[in-house]
Amino acid sequence: MLSRIQVPSAARRGEIIPIRIAIQHPMETGYRPDHFGRRIPKNVINSLVCRYNGLIVFRAEMGSGIAANPLLQFYVVAADSGEFVFAWEDDSGQRGSERAAITVSD
Amino acid sequence: MSNRRRFLLSCTALAGTALIAKSTFAQDDSQRTALLREVTGSAPVNVGRVTVDTPPLADNGHSVPVRVLVDSPMTTDSHVRRITLLAERNPRPVVASFMLGPHSGRAEIATRIRLADIQEVLALAQFSDGSWWMGGAKVVVTELACLEGG
Repeated sequence: MLSRIQVPSAARRGEIIPIRIAIQHPMETGYRPDHFGRRIPKNVINSLVCRYNGLIVFRAEMGSGIAANPLLQFYVVAADSGEFVFAWEDDSGQRGSERAAITVSD
Repeated sequence: MSNRRRFLLSCTALAGTALIAKSTFAQDDSQRTALLREVTGSAPVNVGRVTVDTPPLADNGHSVPVRVLVDSPMTTDSHVRRITLLAERNPRPVVASFMLGPHSGRAEIATRIRLADIQEVLALAQFSDGSWWMGGAKVVVTELACLEGG
């Protein structure tokens, strides 16, 4: 699964920084028929976790109401230099992950 | 046109739009209560502190940008734990839940959702003291995220 995360590469300690992630995924609703009129089974990214230096800072539980190619934006307080690690899974059991480094100065 | 005629015309027009607005956004109260209970359990839901930011008119129901802002200091003692997005007229009304904490710094999330009908998008926020607050925004969708086809 292709994805892109936007995390500022540098921040000051205590600064509230925006984090954005976009994942390429059809987010199949389960209501859509294919060319033969059969229903395409529901397959959405149902959970996503963001860890900042190991600590869970954001978690999302999603359903078919989230648009295809989900885009999420949230905020985090810059604490220490380190890494943001995203991990997600869809209904078919397929997993994806992405990471980004940040340098935090005083 | 005479003043009187113009006045009467504007009156009917106004009444008409009010009627449309009422019928398109009207939501069965008992259904809403049941849905809220599904999310919050038996906890009461207060109205306020949550702002839902959407375009009032969305061209495409397949992807409607939504931003939720919650009035909270986001400290260890007082913060938002969870934000749940609801679209009552979607086949699956619970759209998503987002878990936040004091490390978030700001109680704000943004995403893009599907809307199967013209409706009010609701956001519920659970605070660290366990209380629930709700806000909403009405969205008119010109091309619905239909159940068949697209």
